[in-house]
Amino acid sequence: MSNIDETSPSREVALFVTCLVDLFRPTVGFASIKLLEDAGCQVHVPVRQTCCGQPAWNSGDRKDTLDIAKQVIEAFEKYEYVVAPSGSCAGMLKIHYPELFRDIPEWNQRSVQFSSKVFELTSFLTEILGVTEVKAKLNSKVTYHDACAGLRELNISGQPRQLLESVEGLSLHEMDDSEVCCGFGGTFAVKYSEISNSIVTEKTANIEKVTPDLLLAGDLGCLLNMAGKLKYQGSKIEVRHVAEVLADMCDGKPIAGRG
Amino acid sequence: MKVSSPDFKNIASQALEDKQLQSALFHVRNNFTTKRTKARHDLPEFDALRDSARAIKDHTLAHLDFYLDHYEKKVIENGGKVHWAADAAEARGIIMDICRKTNARTVTKGKSMISEEIGLNEFLEANSIVPVETDLGEYIIQLRGENPSHIIAPAVHLNIDQVRDEFRKKHSHLSPNRPMVEPQTLLSEARQVLREKFLTADLGITGANFLVAETGSSLIVTNEGNGDLTQTLPRVHVVLASIEKIVPTLEDLAQITRVLARSATGQEMTVYSTLSTGPRRKQDVDGPEEYHVVLLDNGRSSMLGTEFAEMLRCIRCGACMNHCPVYQAVGGHAYGWVYPGPMGAVLTPSLIGVEQAGHLPNASTFCGRCEAVCPMHIPLPKMMRSWREREFEQHLEPAGHRRNLKLWAWFAKHRTLYRMVTSLAARMMAIRGGSSKRIKKLPMAEGWTKHRIMPAPEGATFMKLYKRRLRKGR
Repeated sequence: MSNIDETSPSREVALFVTCLVDLFRPTVGFASIKLLEDAGCQVHVPVRQTCCGQPAWNSGDRKDTLDIAKQVIEAFEKYEYVVAPSGSCAGMLKIHYPELFRDIPEWNQRSVQFSSKVFELTSFLTEILGVTEVKAKLNSKVTYHDACAGLRELNISGQPRQLLESVEGLSLHEMDDSEVCCGFGGTFAVKYSEISNSIVTEKTANIEKVTPDLLLAGDLGCLLNMAGKLKYQGSKIEVRHVAEVLADMCDGKPIAGRG
Repeated sequence: MKVSSPDFKNIASQALEDKQLQSALFHVRNNFTTKRTKARHDLPEFDALRDSARAIKDHTLAHLDFYLDHYEKKVIENGGKVHWAADAAEARGIIMDICRKTNARTVTKGKSMISEEIGLNEFLEANSIVPVETDLGEYIIQLRGENPSHIIAPAVHLNIDQVRDEFRKKHSHLSPNRPMVEPQTLLSEARQVLREKFLTADLGITGANFLVAETGSSLIVTNEGNGDLTQTLPRVHVVLASIEKIVPTLEDLAQITRVLARSATGQEMTVYSTLSTGPRRKQDVDGPEEYHVVLLDNGRSSMLGTEFAEMLRCIRCGACMNHCPVYQAVGGHAYGWVYPGPMGAVLTPSLIGVEQAGHLPNASTFCGRCEAVCPMHIPLPKMMRSWREREFEQHLEPAGHRRNLKLWAWFAKHRTLYRMVTSLAARMMAIRGGSSKRIKKLPMAEGWTKHRIMPAPEGATFMKLYKRRLRKGR
């Protein structure tokens, strides 16, 4: 399934599960493990992980962010690679940690070194492992939402699409403004719920126009938001994380159920 | 100008219910963004120009005192005068003084956000001087007694019916039964009314898109030519600009203007780009007798050397707000002061204080589109986050939010307890979701469930299932 040289030593990958996958959607974690193992990786799940610290970071709480970030670095830095099924959390680890520790001499270098090991799942599979196709089958008309942090912090756009193209039976149909925010924004969705609602309503209208069977994205926060709105509106469109499809793990119920 | 930023949420909610406003905002959502994208793609060196524009501004800001001094020297050489204003009140005082000394009663104005920032129109009116906005959008909102809702398209929140009604009401010297169907007719009418004002004004005030240190010139870019008439016809021309508008040379100016219009409206260049350099010289056929420049600081110099310094690179193109999902949803008035959208969310707390403007840097999803389209590479989300930090340090955010955050952070730092709580939460929520996998009401998340259902968790947490799997040896 991948163009990995069978004789090459396997890569040690630590999975950063993300707090939302841990709580809401374990399937995404197992799908990530399957994709990484199929591509020849040895996958570890460090038990000391909880969250990347983004809720504190985006609320202006630097002290708690620092504490949590140190915890993450300590738990993950011994591995060759750190992979997360989320552009938002991977962006936090890869882009924001070095910024956070910039003025703390004893952590500066350490955070930079750590961040160089961090990747979002689909970009790790395609860019580092050279995976060009997956062994998966799904007869479905699919549309894909580009989650903001992955797109703008980590340039994730072609990678998931390239892998989706190889899924047997799947057809990908682009929606208008797929790169425009879904209105989630973490606590924004609760603190400014009216505005968030207006933005997600725009998004679901663009999704509906494509008349897909399935909506995919690479970030669970956005998926919960869009699925929550689609089902509130009575839509039949199913919602899943892109890893579930790529790993051929679509047997369980989609996010927010069927119908 | 009255500050209504603390009321952001309420004004935003009203804006979301305002059907007319929503249809007007559709224009922002589509026209501006599509045209900017096209303009960017039509110019292969666009990104290189952006980098160079950023470098020019960074260099200038690092030597701001030098270039401002040089600029002043050149203005004086050209026969003009430079007035330094530390704050809004000083700037108003200086302008009033110029009006008195030159016996000016009527003032025409080119579009200027600095004029909005110092509340110039209200002040002039209170001093029996008649200010007339000559930019069409500004003219319309002046008639309506409103503030701009966008930095380059001040009346973008209005539709043609509202403009027509206003013209019928305020242009009472014209026949009430005149046909006003086509936009062109309205434009001609405004032009006719304004022509009169241009010819009778004693003093013209323009803003400045840039000030050029090399020559002592100011540049204004417009699509209507109103700025040209404002600065050439009256006896006195006053340039009102903030200190960060300075660039070293005409060559630098030429580079930055190449990204300005493309980012703003998607035009290669605006229709008019007009330099003014001092009063009328002997050999000139027209131009003002007196030339004044009012340079406003109003808090900007104290941004230098802070995490907000990069905001001073801003060239006021409006691309950040055009592409902002929040601005697109609620429009500019919700932001409650002069500058809306992402640039306003950073600049407003710097200028009026985060105590008043706290909502602005918080009302962002951090989607990053503003930074992605900013021609000057201003890290707007990062600076909004810095404001959130300042708020948090000063305990300005709502107490409930802080309590929840601290509680969450405590658990995130205590892994074993975190596992227990998340396990329990996952199970409880899964039960609540039932077979439909949907939760209709959830305590502490009413903001969410008011407009959406909450997808239920699968049941057990990943960590629990993974541990089970390891124990079974797969």
